[in-house]
Amino acid sequence: MVQINLPKNSEVQRGNYYKDKTGSKNIRNVNVYRWDPSNGENPRVDIYEVDMDNCPSKVLDILNKIKNEIDPSLAYRRSCAHGVCGSCAMNMDGKNGLACTKPHSEIEGDINIYPLPHLKVKKDLIGDLSGLYKQYESIQPWLKTNTKVETTEIIQSKKDRAKLDGAYECIMCACCSTSCPSYWWNGDKFLGPAVLLQAYRWIVDSRDDERKERLKKVADELKLYRCHTIMNCTNACPKGLNPAKAISELKKMLATS
Amino acid sequence: MSAYKIIDHEYDVIVLGAGGSGLRAAVGLSEAGLKTACISKVFPTRSHTSAAQGGISAALGNMGEDDWRWHMYDTVKGADWLGDQDSIEYLCKEAPKAVIELEKYGVPFSRTDDGKIYQRPFGGMTKNYGNGIVQRTCAAADRTGHAILHTLYGQALKHNTEFFIEYFALDLLMKDGECKGLIAWNLNDGTIHRFRAHSTIIATGGYGKVYYSATSAHTCTGDGNAMILRAGLPLQDMEFVQFHPTGIYGHGTLISEGVRGEGGYLVNSKGERFMERYAPNAKDLASRDVVSRSMSIEINEGRGVGKEKDHVHLHLSHLDKNIIESRLPGITEAARLFANVDVTKEPIPVVPTVHYNMGGIPTNYKAEVLTGDNSKKTVPGLMAIGEAACVSVHGANRLGSNSLIDLVVFGRAAAKRAAELVKPGTPHEDIGESETEKCLERFEKLRNSNGENNTSELRLAMQKTMQSKCAVFRTEKTLKEGIDEIRKTYDGMDSISVKDKSLIFNTDLVETLEFDNLIRQAITTVDSAYNRQESRGAHAREDFPKRDDEKFMQHTIAWCNGKDTKIGYRAVTKTTLTNEVQYFPPQERVY
Repeated sequence: MVQINLPKNSEVQRGNYYKDKTGSKNIRNVNVYRWDPSNGENPRVDIYEVDMDNCPSKVLDILNKIKNEIDPSLAYRRSCAHGVCGSCAMNMDGKNGLACTKPHSEIEGDINIYPLPHLKVKKDLIGDLSGLYKQYESIQPWLKTNTKVETTEIIQSKKDRAKLDGAYECIMCACCSTSCPSYWWNGDKFLGPAVLLQAYRWIVDSRDDERKERLKKVADELKLYRCHTIMNCTNACPKGLNPAKAISELKKMLATS
Repeated sequence: MSAYKIIDHEYDVIVLGAGGSGLRAAVGLSEAGLKTACISKVFPTRSHTSAAQGGISAALGNMGEDDWRWHMYDTVKGADWLGDQDSIEYLCKEAPKAVIELEKYGVPFSRTDDGKIYQRPFGGMTKNYGNGIVQRTCAAADRTGHAILHTLYGQALKHNTEFFIEYFALDLLMKDGECKGLIAWNLNDGTIHRFRAHSTIIATGGYGKVYYSATSAHTCTGDGNAMILRAGLPLQDMEFVQFHPTGIYGHGTLISEGVRGEGGYLVNSKGERFMERYAPNAKDLASRDVVSRSMSIEINEGRGVGKEKDHVHLHLSHLDKNIIESRLPGITEAARLFANVDVTKEPIPVVPTVHYNMGGIPTNYKAEVLTGDNSKKTVPGLMAIGEAACVSVHGANRLGSNSLIDLVVFGRAAAKRAAELVKPGTPHEDIGESETEKCLERFEKLRNSNGENNTSELRLAMQKTMQSKCAVFRTEKTLKEGIDEIRKTYDGMDSISVKDKSLIFNTDLVETLEFDNLIRQAITTVDSAYNRQESRGAHAREDFPKRDDEKFMQHTIAWCNGKDTKIGYRAVTKTTLTNEVQYFPPQERVY
C-alpha cells in the first residue's frame, strides 16, 4: 500500500474556538476552514458558536453573522444573495452548493464549511477559479454566424430556442466541476462539466454556423472523454441543471456524426 | 508611502466595472482598436446585471405596432419630466438597434410563434402616447440580465479585452480638473496598481446598500460615485431612489415586474385589487413609484397582510401553468427558496424594496461627465455609464426594463465617443506623485484603524437610518433627523476598527472602504432629499405633495466633502436631439 502524506505545511490544524457571547440557548457549532497566505501558517479550522435564534435561514446568513458579529477577518466571496451571481459557491456539510440558497436546517449536527474542493485556495473560503475561466474562454462562448441581415434578429423557432433551456441558465459557480473526480485529477486538460455544458449550449444554438467545428474541438480524449458519467455534477448543481446529460448528448452527437 | 509596491500600467482607455454597461463599452473600445483595460472588483459574470429579470425595452414592434417616440413619451412621463429629453430621444431611438445587436451577439431571447424576439408588457410602457398597453420589453424568460451579462462577457473575450479581475478601485487620478486614470488594489496579491488612461469610464453601478432592505447585491456600493465625490466633483439627483414594488417580504429578493406583465396582480388584506383605485387605466402596470406608494398607503391604512399587516400579496396562481413554467421560472424558484411559496398555489408576500438609483454621476448623452454647472462643460478624460451615471434618462423615476437598455445604449455611446476623442497609442504625460500619495494615505489610515466601532455596526446604523428617514414617503422632520443621524454614523468612522491587516483578499478592509464610499452617498442622498421641497417621481414629500415645476424642474447637484455638502441646481434639458420628435412639455402624471 502506498502511503501518501500531506506536506507538513498543508496539514489542517485545530484553530481558534469562538465561544458564544450572547448567552443564547440555541447554539450551533460552525467549523470553518481558514488559511491566510500572508502569515506562513498552516491552514486551520476555526470553531464558532453561533446564536441561531437571531439568524436567518441560509448558510450565507451564518457566515455573514460570523463576519459581522464575531470575526470580521473571515474571507469569502458573496454578492447577490439569491442564487444568480454564483459568487458564494463552497463546500457545506461535504456537499458543494451556494451558501445563499442552502438552508442550514438541512444540515444535522455541526456545520462544516470548506472552500470548493481541489482548487488552490487564495484565502479562507476563496478558491482560485482562474483555470476554469481559461477553459471557458477556450470554448469560444460567443455566437458565430454568417448572417448578413443587420436590421432584424435571426429567426429562431420556439422549439430551437427550447434547446438552450437547461444550459444558458448556468451561473458558472463551479459547484459541478469541483465535485467531479475526473476534474480533480485532470482539471488541467479535462474541460469539466461546467465548461462542457457551455460548449453544448453553443453547439445546439440553431443560430450558430460553426456547430461542426465546435464539436470537433471538444472531441478529444481528455477534454471530453474523461467524463465517466459519475453524475456528481448533476447532483451538485444548485440551479438544478444537468451537465451530465449535456455531456452524454455531446458524446452521442459525435458518435452519430 | 513607499511601503506599497506600485505597479504602473498605461492604456488608451480604462473601464471601471464589468457589468452590462462596462462590458458593452469594453467591447466597443476593443473593436475601435483602443488599448483597453476593464477593471472589476468581482469576476464579470458576478456583476449585479445578472439579477435583472424581466427584460430590456425597445420599440421593435414584434408584438403589435410600436414607435420609439411612444417609448420616449413613456420614459419622459415615467421620469416625471426630470429627464433630459435629448438623452431620452437618443436612448429610445437607439434601443431597437442595440437589442438586435445583442441578439446577434447570442443572447438567448424567448421567441414568438414566428421566431422573433418575444416582448412582454411592463409598467408604464404604452402605445400612442399613453393610450393602451404595448408589449415592448424584450425578454429571455425572467433571466434577461443574466443572459445579457454572460453574452457580453463572451463578446469581450472574443475581442480580447484585458481584464483586471478582483481589483478594488481606490481613487481617480486627477490633474488640473482632468482625469488621468485611477488607482486600484489587487486583492489577489496585495499590490497597488496605477492605471494611466486618456479616458476613464466609470461603470460601477448603483449604491443600493446604503439601505437596509434592498434588492441590490452586497457589492452594490457605488464605489465610482464616491470616487467622484472625493475628486471634488458632484453627483446629480441623488434623492431619487427607486423602491421596487415587489421585493420578497423579509428577504428583499426581487420578484420581477414581468409577473404583473404576464397578468399577476397585487391584493390587500381585504382581498381587493387595490391598484384599480390608484391607477384606473394601467392598474398593476402603473410605473413603479406609483405602485410602491399605493402599497405603502394600503399598509399604512391598516390593509396590509400578515401578522404585522406590513406587506401585501402578489397573486399569479391564476396564470396558465405553462406560462409560469416558460416565462417565469426564475421567480418561481426565488419564491420557493426565499418565501417558501409555491406560486402555482399561493401568493407571494411582497413589500416595496430599494432597487435602483436614478441619481449618479451627471453626464451628457455621449457619456461625458459634466462639471455640474449650467454650461454643460465636461470633465476631460472622464465618462460614466450605467446605473452609476445620471444621463439623465430616468429622471425622477425609472421605468422597468429601461435600465438594461440604458446599459447597452450608453455603453456603446461611451465607446464611440472615446474612439473620437482618443488616438490609439497617444503618449501619457507626467502626473507627479501627490494624487497617489493622497489616495494611499486614506488607504493606509483605514487599514491601520484600531478603534472600537466595527464596520458592520456602522453600516447597519447607516442602513437603518436611511430605511426609516429617507423612505417611500418623506417629510422635513424625518429628513432632518436623517441628516443628523447619518452624520453621527459618519463621525463613528473616527474610531473604526479593521481587524485584518493583511493585503491579500482582506475583505474586512474591502468592506470598510466600501462603507467609506457608501456613507458619503448616504449623506448626499438625504441632504438632496431635504432640499427638494416638492414631490416628483420617486421623491414623495408628505409636506409638499405637489410637483413644483417652477422651482424644481431642475437637477439637484450635490458636492460632498466628508460630511459637508453643497447643494446646487442645474436646468433640465428641454430640447430634443433632432427634429424627428418634439419636446414633450410637462403634464399632470396619471396612470
